[in-house]
Amino acid sequence: MSTPAIQVSGLHKSFGEHEVLKGIDFEVAEGQVVCVIGPSGSGKSTLLRCVNRLEEPTSGQIFVEGIDICDPEVDLDAVRSRIGMVFQQFNLFPHMSVLGNLCVAQRRVKRRSKSEAVEVARRNLAKVGLAERETAYPAQLSGGQQQRVAIARALSLDPDMMLFDEPTSALDPELVGDVLAVMRDLAAEGMTMMVVTHEMGFAREVGDNLVFMDDGVIVEEGDPRTVLSAPQHERTQAFLSKVL
Amino acid sequence: MSLRRTTKRRLRHGALYGVLVVAALAVVLGADWEAVKVNFFDSETWQALWPDIILTAAKNTVKYTVLAFAGGIALALVLALMKLSPLRGYRYLATIYIEFFRGLPALVVIIVMALGVPLAFQWQPPGGTVGAGIIALILVSSAYMAETLRAGIQAVPKGQREAAQSLGMSGFWTMVTVVLPQAIRIVIPPLTNEFILLVKDTSLLAFVGMQANQVDLTSFGQQGLVTYANASPLIAIALVYLIISIPASQLVAYLERRQMRAAR
Repeated sequence: MSTPAIQVSGLHKSFGEHEVLKGIDFEVAEGQVVCVIGPSGSGKSTLLRCVNRLEEPTSGQIFVEGIDICDPEVDLDAVRSRIGMVFQQFNLFPHMSVLGNLCVAQRRVKRRSKSEAVEVARRNLAKVGLAERETAYPAQLSGGQQQRVAIARALSLDPDMMLFDEPTSALDPELVGDVLAVMRDLAAEGMTMMVVTHEMGFAREVGDNLVFMDDGVIVEEGDPRTVLSAPQHERTQAFLSKVL
Repeated sequence: MSLRRTTKRRLRHGALYGVLVVAALAVVLGADWEAVKVNFFDSETWQALWPDIILTAAKNTVKYTVLAFAGGIALALVLALMKLSPLRGYRYLATIYIEFFRGLPALVVIIVMALGVPLAFQWQPPGGTVGAGIIALILVSSAYMAETLRAGIQAVPKGQREAAQSLGMSGFWTMVTVVLPQAIRIVIPPLTNEFILLVKDTSLLAFVGMQANQVDLTSFGQQGLVTYANASPLIAIALVYLIISIPASQLVAYLERRQMRAAR
């Protein structure tokens, strides 16, 4: 059996007195798309942010491609460069052009030459359908375009997996489709993806596995079609009846 | 019959302007304009100041300001980063430094640096007393600018740092390529204010003595006052200070307006 891309066991996370994650165990296999849903405050974003240690776990273990990322000896920057992350608020660098956003980490982390970085950047911009916007600044782009640039930025480091933290929640409804289309293409290419989302349609259609979280625990998980159409747990039923 | 509200307001404004007119008349009629002209605006004295007032005095004032500002900002950056360091020792050190130099009058620091320190440490400051005074201005202005820079760094949204980290960028490159460029944009208006304050603070250097080629605007004006027994040189240098500082403060206003627009 191959090593899972992400393996989380016994994960707890507290902010002061407030326990946000109360013992999480789960796995993402290589090439799998896992969607995480749940009410706000359920801890799903915190879980995602623990996977590249933007949040420090209080206890428990996280392995990324078999590497214990909580080991104090681990080269965290190297691990992070293999995990692409896309944020709800895009977080593009506003003082850099689109091309600059895509090149800076390639140059500083991967130590690529300028021409190589630009070539990779252009390839990824074309992939997200924004090849002609490379000289634009983030403020000149729509939210949907910014998020696609953010995806291209993460892809430019050739990551082994991608984390999406509510990638469409800050977008106007008419712009959501373009971003989801890019994510769908990525999934079809076999990218390992962990997606915190409220897009049930996307989860049903693209997800290999669906995780429902509530109050810091995984309440239910399984095949997205099964979970969404016939939820077993009462809390899942209650949540889905509100959002569907 | 009660007056309408707009009528009342007009009357009130009229009265306020009336006070102004009376005060202006009192000055105009009461002053001895001939004496004012001779003592403040004596054209012969002004002609005698030319061109040294620009080629020596104004040039030196600008030079001292630029040196103090450049040195101050470099030191301020180090202090700001120390203040944000995860190491407690560095934070304390920076805090002590900042509180110390913000709590002292610049003039005291200048005198100690120019006249006390060379004696105590057998040290020849480059540029003599003026050089030592500029170092003092660097020490004092860096304490103010460090706090400004720290606030600017902290004003950069957390998501920016997280995005850089998630791309695997080291703390150093995150700071240099992502955080600092945005922080500096935020602090340009307050730093320009600090620049204007420094323009005026260089006048304190006159206190520790200057060689002929080192005179700044203030000591130039003072020497003129003594030489010609007339205050016209001081009026002249005051005008030169304004020519330097008013464009700078207009620049601040412009930058602030532009930032307001960008924030929207």
